[in-house]
Amino acid sequence: MNVAVTLDEIRQETLPITSEAGPAPKRIVVAYGFWVFLLSDIVMFSALFATYAVLVNATAGGPTGAQLFNQKIVAIETACLLASSYTCGLMSLASGAQRVDRTYVLALVTFALGVAFLALELREFVGMIAIGATPQRSAFLSAFFTLVGCHGLHVTAGLVWLAVMMAQVAIRGFRPNVLRRLLCFALFWHTLDIIWVWLFTVVYLMGVHS
Amino acid sequence: MNLLGNLTWSAIPFDQPIVMGASGGVILGIGLILGWATLKGYWPYLWREWLTSVDHKRIGVMYLVLAMLMLLRGFSDAIMMRAQQAVAAGGAQGYLPPEHFDQIFSAHGTIMIFFVAMPLVIGLMNFAVPLQLGIRDVAFPTLNSVSLWLTASGILLTNVSLLIGEFARTGWVAYPPLSELQFSPGVGVDYYLWSLQISGIGTLLTGINFVTTILKTRAPGMGYMRMPVFCWTALASNLMIVAVFPVLTATLAMLLLDRYLDFHFFSVDAGGNPMMYVNLFWVWGHPEVYILVLPAFGIYSEVSATFSGKPLFGYRSMVAATMAICILSCLVWLHHFFTMGAGANVNAFFGIASMIIAVPTGVKIFNWMFTMYGGRVRFAVPVLWTIGFMVTFVLGGLTGVLLAVPAVDWQVHNSVFLVAHFHHVIIPGVVFGAFAGYVYWFPKAFGFKLDERWGRRAFWCWFIGFHVAFMPVYWVGLLGMTRRLQHYDVLSWQPWLVVAAAGVVVILAGIVCQAVQLAVSIRGREELRDLTGDPWNGRTLEWSTASPPPAWNFAFLPNVAGRDSFWTAKQRAHTAQAEPAQTRAYQPIEMPKNSPIGFVNAFFAVVTGFALIWHIWWMAAVGLAGAFATLLVFAFRDQEEVEIPAAQIAQFESRHHAEVMP
Repeated sequence: MNVAVTLDEIRQETLPITSEAGPAPKRIVVAYGFWVFLLSDIVMFSALFATYAVLVNATAGGPTGAQLFNQKIVAIETACLLASSYTCGLMSLASGAQRVDRTYVLALVTFALGVAFLALELREFVGMIAIGATPQRSAFLSAFFTLVGCHGLHVTAGLVWLAVMMAQVAIRGFRPNVLRRLLCFALFWHTLDIIWVWLFTVVYLMGVHS
Repeated sequence: MNLLGNLTWSAIPFDQPIVMGASGGVILGIGLILGWATLKGYWPYLWREWLTSVDHKRIGVMYLVLAMLMLLRGFSDAIMMRAQQAVAAGGAQGYLPPEHFDQIFSAHGTIMIFFVAMPLVIGLMNFAVPLQLGIRDVAFPTLNSVSLWLTASGILLTNVSLLIGEFARTGWVAYPPLSELQFSPGVGVDYYLWSLQISGIGTLLTGINFVTTILKTRAPGMGYMRMPVFCWTALASNLMIVAVFPVLTATLAMLLLDRYLDFHFFSVDAGGNPMMYVNLFWVWGHPEVYILVLPAFGIYSEVSATFSGKPLFGYRSMVAATMAICILSCLVWLHHFFTMGAGANVNAFFGIASMIIAVPTGVKIFNWMFTMYGGRVRFAVPVLWTIGFMVTFVLGGLTGVLLAVPAVDWQVHNSVFLVAHFHHVIIPGVVFGAFAGYVYWFPKAFGFKLDERWGRRAFWCWFIGFHVAFMPVYWVGLLGMTRRLQHYDVLSWQPWLVVAAAGVVVILAGIVCQAVQLAVSIRGREELRDLTGDPWNGRTLEWSTASPPPAWNFAFLPNVAGRDSFWTAKQRAHTAQAEPAQTRAYQPIEMPKNSPIGFVNAFFAVVTGFALIWHIWWMAAVGLAGAFATLLVFAFRDQEEVEIPAAQIAQFESRHHAEVMP
């Protein structure tokens, strides 16, 4: 029997074409749907990014980014968020291995790093508002507070979600639906990281040099 | 601090008889329906089987009911506008004062796009897509119910504005700076913004749901190139929803920040940029046109193939054209404002990109014609809508190509020529398509056909009425009439506008015919009954199950071997002389459990929206907390699915088989 014929048989009989395989397992469907949601969220951020890019020089005589941004603080913020993404990844491994205590500890670390990030961001906002750099001052500041604040709101929502998920783990244990939600949470948290990397680049790095 | 924010008795326009009469009529109508349902004791049934249903078929039907009701509302606005413009010539002011007329044209556009066209299209997708894919429900059934009820919340808020407060006077696009607080201090724009934000979330969730459903949960064997074309167009449409509705959400959110917190995105001072709103709005707005029209194209494809008794001509080119439009539609937004002054090169790019869309659309038109060519075309009502569409849409599309030429656009920008153009594509494109789909799938949903004679009458009234109503509008547009005029001085326009008003009356006759058609069909349902589940000799999987389909759609997931798989199966059964006996034993089926979360969540959405519109902050907080609590209850519910026992399935199937082959 020659090899080509054998391969042909395999292809036709044992390996169905993936697009014809029938409904995917629930875990795949849920994660996929959540990916689509995340993409839509990224599209929303892209509208805010575009707006920021258009308005970045519309300071109306008010303070500019170069005058306002403190790169040291932002670097610490970034470190907190990136580290929280790492611990979130470890948490995914722990929950995948059904290790409850480890999951709790890593969730707690992730949560704390998220809170630290938010606290630093709020500190920056409060400092800016104190010197009169409010979102009402200029179109540039409107766009800045909206873009960065929208990311901050997402982080806040993520923290609430993480807390609810730990309650679910405590009450329900690692049921399939709880595991699926943890998976979605992890995707969400990592996406916020990706958006922050863009945000850090476009707002803070480019802002200081212009 | 006022406990009710800005809400006072002066919000209710007691001095305007038209508004009070209309609101009184609506409230009386709703009261009568609610009272009737209470007297008859229908509430437990409605709650159990409809309001909390997560069944895609029922959700689809409810979307369509919403759309039909809102069509009446949007159409009443149209009648009022046409009547006003027919009389308000020269010194005459007509019967509508400017501030009322402005609200009417804004409400007409908003309602027709968001609350008629969208629910029509989403309703039909909900009903047909899972059946055509050979599956039992969408990917996320409870989310689907949440989407439906969020749409209903937006609709409710928009209609509340009729009585309490006012609606936007800015046109349905709400361009700043007019829509900024400085120039629109009332609650009208806030009603517009919050209604669209709430229903927009619902639409986005629908998009996510359907993209996932179509890409991840098709029946075994249903490869991409075997999907019915309606599923392809639904996929394109939902991909676009996911790609552009977030932009609308962001844009409206920025306008809200401008209005509520004095931000400066689109304001005329402090560096704001009003044209940015216009750009962002149409980055959503132009793809939205195709979100609406592509599924209608899908319906025309199904109808022309089914009623010609032939496979669709050029299936692959149809799919390619659909996906090409899906992408091109995101590259043309600037043609809505060539007059912005972006420069010749930018305008030329967007003008050419707009014209290129005519190419895949032309491919589709030829495919439908070649599908019919050489077929034995049955001139049932859906075919009438399809042919009426093809004839009309080609002309409407051509005026679009005309408008895509920047030089021409500068001449007719903001004239009623444009108004005539977009009605010329949306009415035959979307509305006719939805009506074709309604007549086509009605027997699948309810087990009996719609009356043929009244269907024909409805078609002819709409078809003739449409042309009488809009051809004169092209003409006065060329004569220089701008849009949204409460009154005008040029007397020579008046005869044309009187003709247009007469056309609207003919369309009204069409709507009356549709209402009569529904009533006559329900009364005569025993004669119109279809027991086979396949009244049109269909080609796709939805016709292979009973009408109405059971909650689980298919006792066994179909095994798809090719395109038009039900048609092929029927041919094979004919040659084999007898249906192969069903030998597999029925298995119990897990179905998603009904859930009130969608309905309850929508209640809190309405509370929140209303509170934000009127600045009742405590109530907004209560509404948000309520929505969050609903989410928590949902997250912690114990049982997500119910099992339908095999015996019940076997009983249903054997009864259906007995009906099909007595």
